[in-house]
Amino acid sequence: MSKADNIYVKEIFDLIKTLLNFCKFELFIEKNEISLNCSSKDLSKILLFFKDNPSLSMECLIDITAVDYPEKVDRFLVVYNLLSISKNFRLKIKVKLPENEAIPTVNEIFSCASWYEREIWDLFGIRFTGHQDLRRILTDYDFQGHPLRKDYPLTGFTQVRYDNELSRIVVEPVKLDQEYRNFDNLSPWEGMGEYLPGDEKSNLKND
Amino acid sequence: MTKRENYSLNFGPQHPAAHGVLRLVLELDGEVVERADPHIGLLHRGTEKLIENKTYLQALPYFDRLDYVSPMCQEHAFALAVEKLLNIKVPIRGQFIRVIFSEITRILNHILNLTTFALDVGAMTPFLWLFEEREVLMEFYERVSGSRLHSAYFRPGGVHRDLPDGLIEDIVLFCKRFPKQIDDLERLLETNRIFRQRSVDIGKISKEDAINKGFSGPCLRASGVEWDLRRNQPYDCYSSLEFKIPIGTNGDCFERFLVRVEEMRQSILIIEQCLKKFPKGKCIADDPRIVPPKRKEMKSSMESLINHFKLFTEGFHVPVGETYTCVEAPKGEFGVYLVSDGTNRPYRCKIRAPGFPLLQATEFLSKGHMLSDLVAIIGSLDIVFGEIDR
Repeated sequence: MSKADNIYVKEIFDLIKTLLNFCKFELFIEKNEISLNCSSKDLSKILLFFKDNPSLSMECLIDITAVDYPEKVDRFLVVYNLLSISKNFRLKIKVKLPENEAIPTVNEIFSCASWYEREIWDLFGIRFTGHQDLRRILTDYDFQGHPLRKDYPLTGFTQVRYDNELSRIVVEPVKLDQEYRNFDNLSPWEGMGEYLPGDEKSNLKND
Repeated sequence: MTKRENYSLNFGPQHPAAHGVLRLVLELDGEVVERADPHIGLLHRGTEKLIENKTYLQALPYFDRLDYVSPMCQEHAFALAVEKLLNIKVPIRGQFIRVIFSEITRILNHILNLTTFALDVGAMTPFLWLFEEREVLMEFYERVSGSRLHSAYFRPGGVHRDLPDGLIEDIVLFCKRFPKQIDDLERLLETNRIFRQRSVDIGKISKEDAINKGFSGPCLRASGVEWDLRRNQPYDCYSSLEFKIPIGTNGDCFERFLVRVEEMRQSILIIEQCLKKFPKGKCIADDPRIVPPKRKEMKSSMESLINHFKLFTEGFHVPVGETYTCVEAPKGEFGVYLVSDGTNRPYRCKIRAPGFPLLQATEFLSKGHMLSDLVAIIGSLDIVFGEIDR
């Protein structure tokens, strides 16, 4: 990454700061990437602003994704990844969202958003209000649950196989021949807490 | 007069022109496509979920298996993302090797796409001619990494091993020979009446629409947008190389074909430049926290052995942070959104596949065209399901 890149990103950063004045937001640079935090009710306004403002003109929505933080109050973080082809810079717009709350769709602004939103609904269970066609997209037709949530087990709950006698696919609860082994390889020497395994022995009296 | 009704048709998932497992539910008025609803996910393997449960080094081979015709470009995106979070620099020789193999991958991918596209619209010969060359390229893969497809060659910090003896000479020979094959391919198809009738003005998309639909890569360039991440947001040593970015004007299937043909020529030029400038030195960063020690050292040094063991069990820790890093993969912008929580496993790894928005636009592109044109459109978009379904 050259020095010119850093200066350019800073310029854009300042430009956004001066131009965006109709709502509350937080703007910061991390690893030379600009991020903007806003609330879900301002989202459509902000996206439209970034798309239509001639000095920013972020005409391309690259990606929408989400991150799950089960222990936080606002469980989900929805990330909109924008690209300006004419001005050559990127911007991430992040929206915090509690569980069971919906977020407005951005389909009318960017026509490629539809599938990304379907994917997030499928994998995280975040609903998009106003979406015309919020079907599952990546998982199976009768799939239950939202697999990219952190509380969804890696092995899932069901498995499918072809049954010769019934001559059709059957869905059954998952059966592991070997227990799922989650190797905890984190070194106890790094970032150890107050308590270490084996500490309880130090207070035991020798009989 | 009798009442005419629209006809529903299931296209795929087992259809040679669906390029994998695409199920398209079509609504046809006679032979004209009224509505096309792609059903995807038949190859969904939960890559993103699996990566969250693996160390950074274990996550890397999953990237080969996304778009299985351009493996190294995707490893490149992941390696760059991890490097960005770790804040490490790749030695210049490592960068050159990566660029050479990214371009080999581009040729590998375009050969597959162009020839199967030609096959879809009725031309068998290009497929037979060029797959021989594809085999040669995969042999290069094998010589550096040990496997023809799932190479796991690019690593955070550089590449796994230096090039073996004699490989450079063979790549030079290939670069001398291959442009003639490209000319043959072009001569065979460019003026071919059937090929032109099947692809010119089919699946047209304007500049504005292509951007709005999230297009990237050759499909975007065919619509006349001069946008290439290798030029506009260069990574590794692309900024020191010279190459042209072919663009189209019409944005139809034929131009997408032409753009890819020209890209192969440019790739050859890039490889030749790299080989001419090829620097000496290390091919992977000299950082024992991230890069495993040499085999030879491990035989005599206990510390190296422990280091190796720790790297391949616990793996390295990546500082808290997040990044969206992308590369110009043969199909378009391939991006990795990586969130790290400071442990040895990624907290979230979102994969932005270039084919995903392209396939989404199938309905837009095919509306009003004939059923047989749909096959040409899918062929020209370069759809591979490994990356779309993830």
